[in-house]
Amino acid sequence: MVHATDGGWLAQWAWLIVVVPFLAMAVIVFFGKRMPRKGAEVAVAAMGFVFVYAAVLLILNITQGVIYEHSVQVAQIGSVSIEWGWVVDGLSTMMYFVVGTLSFLVFTYAIGYMKGDVRVTWFFAAFTFFAGSMLVLVSAPNLMQLIVGWEGVGLASYLLIGHYWEEKENSSAGMKAFYTNKIADIGLIIGAIVLGTAVGSFRYSDILDAAASNSSVLVPVAVLAGVLLFIGAMGKSAQFPFHVWLPDAMAGPTPVSSLMHAATMVTAGVYLIARMYPLYAGMASDMRVLIVIIGAITLLIAGLLAIVQDDLKRVLAYSTVSQLGYMVAALGAGGYTAGLFHLWTHAFFKGLLFLTAGSIIHAVHSNNMSDMGGLRKRMPVTFWSFTSASLALVAIIPFAGFFSKDEILATLGHSGYTWAMWIGILGAFITAFYMGRAMFLTFFGTYKGDAHVHESPAVMAVPMAILGVASLVAGWVNIPGVYEGFHHWVAVRAITFPSFASEGFDVPVMLTGLGFAIVGVIVAYVAYFRDADTQFARDRIRIPVLWPLLEHKYYLDDLYLAVLVNPIKGPIARAVNWTNSYIIDGIVNGAGVVARLVARFVYGDLDQKGIDLAVNTAAIVTGSAGEQTRRLQTGKVQQYAAMTVAGAVLLVIAIVIFT
Amino acid sequence: MSLVQFLVLGAFMFSLGVYGLLIRRNAVMVLLAIELMLNAVNLNLIAFEAALRTAFAGGQIFAIFVITVAAAEVGIGLAIVLLIFRNRRSANVDELDVMRW
Repeated sequence: MVHATDGGWLAQWAWLIVVVPFLAMAVIVFFGKRMPRKGAEVAVAAMGFVFVYAAVLLILNITQGVIYEHSVQVAQIGSVSIEWGWVVDGLSTMMYFVVGTLSFLVFTYAIGYMKGDVRVTWFFAAFTFFAGSMLVLVSAPNLMQLIVGWEGVGLASYLLIGHYWEEKENSSAGMKAFYTNKIADIGLIIGAIVLGTAVGSFRYSDILDAAASNSSVLVPVAVLAGVLLFIGAMGKSAQFPFHVWLPDAMAGPTPVSSLMHAATMVTAGVYLIARMYPLYAGMASDMRVLIVIIGAITLLIAGLLAIVQDDLKRVLAYSTVSQLGYMVAALGAGGYTAGLFHLWTHAFFKGLLFLTAGSIIHAVHSNNMSDMGGLRKRMPVTFWSFTSASLALVAIIPFAGFFSKDEILATLGHSGYTWAMWIGILGAFITAFYMGRAMFLTFFGTYKGDAHVHESPAVMAVPMAILGVASLVAGWVNIPGVYEGFHHWVAVRAITFPSFASEGFDVPVMLTGLGFAIVGVIVAYVAYFRDADTQFARDRIRIPVLWPLLEHKYYLDDLYLAVLVNPIKGPIARAVNWTNSYIIDGIVNGAGVVARLVARFVYGDLDQKGIDLAVNTAAIVTGSAGEQTRRLQTGKVQQYAAMTVAGAVLLVIAIVIFT
Repeated sequence: MSLVQFLVLGAFMFSLGVYGLLIRRNAVMVLLAIELMLNAVNLNLIAFEAALRTAFAGGQIFAIFVITVAAAEVGIGLAIVLLIFRNRRSANVDELDVMRW
């Protein structure tokens, strides 16, 4: 058990972090169009609040340690209790801070970037909804709420990727993201159900308690649940083979790419595995080799794909996939701290990289590096921020990424996954190569386009500068042997697990990784710097078989299209439509026809002929009887007299006979 | 003179009256037949009183009542026949079947 407090009133009011973004969203939806900045000011204010509160909570965790959880029952379905609540502990406060900081800076940047856009208010409403959902996800004390937040960010991702939906390919990209995520979510939901029913509760505290104590109810399902939850994480964190949505997601506005698809949403999968770590470290540890394999594959193939891209944002997208592979591989190898530390640093430098890319794209009006070049002098703030972030990504000391990536490599080496460590080191070379290429093609040489290029306004430049500084210092919170703060921060949690110590400085590994990275930069320099102003610089290296394979993304998209999408769009959809029109509609219409026949029978035969016949006959009989009886009334008095006499005679006779 | 002879006479006169009531076409003749019937009844009443003086003491008085009523009835009857004749120029009872179905 870790020494910690319960956080006092700060933790009790922490639900505000989750609720304020949704309140802001409501204000933007209803009043945004009338505001001077179209609702953006409300969004930034809300994120500012989240940032400040999250910073306070983080400081509280750093100084004292906080473990707090509160749940309120919302509904009861059978024996399942649906609860809503929030958690404040080491992992949560770290995530709140990442989400809060990046949200605040990116939202501020977005005020400048989205200026003049036709749907600014809607954009900020959806963006705020995203932030709120992400906070729901990371604050959840139970799997149900996590899934609610998970789906919420998926929806926000779809909406925001398709922001420029006037182009069909943008809305298609949104759908691709949503479908890919949804398929992976099957794993998440089934995994949650499996765990919840085995333990009898969906709360983390109950599930992780059972996991940590090797409870017998979890024995048959632990590995299965571990695999299923990891499949869910693969979708959201773009691991192979679910990575295909992330590059296409670059169709969305750059603030979206920065916040969601670099810093926060895609880290939800990593967060999930980290949150479930008592399960993964203990009972489900047999399946962790799968996690390492997937992470290693992902980091390698995505890194290779980044080399051949002309679109700057796609380079960064594949880079994100690759770095997520590092994080996932680290978690698989037992590196709880390493994976989370890389999540932390990556959020800052990758978020910044996207912001700088947006700044460039905004100025040059093109995503393609072949339309750029020589921007170093014209956009200094952008250039230096990009450089800082790139050095962090490439993991050059003393920038942030160096410490986190080194820790991952050390973890992989020490836990017996040496092959994965070498893949990681190769990945460092590839990372350095494609980032060097991107930098030289974009900022050096001469400008090939004809747009009026100038630096971005302050509202965009200041966040970039702040993150540029962060890309330098964010790694200094966990220097093994010197200051291991981060390791202690995220270790503050209610349920602990066999502790994996923060890796020490493994000098050989560190030097090897650094060496490969520097070699990568040099190769990129040689290939792209000196001829950077030549039109064909980007094709200067073209390995025959490998390049076409990379340019077609290993034909993976084509495979998915042929096997999954087109069969459903074509035959299956048509078959379903036929079934619906003829069989189901047939049954429904048939029911109508039968009802009509029955009604006709009841009306025509039963009512008209049957019942009416009886009633009419009674009337006719009465009528006929009356008809006949009236003939007696002839009006002739003598006849009446005759009948009277006859009656009197009969009466007399009767009296005579019977007396 | 026994009672039966008077009763038979009375019955005979009453039958003649009934016959005339049913057969005669002229309305005045029908009224005549009715008078005949009334007279027959009077005869019966007087005969019974003559024969059963102490047991049936009111026969004569009853006969006076009958005569009175007959006189009134004839007055009204003839008045009706007169009005019918004025409207129809005929006293044939066979033609008086307006109040029929």
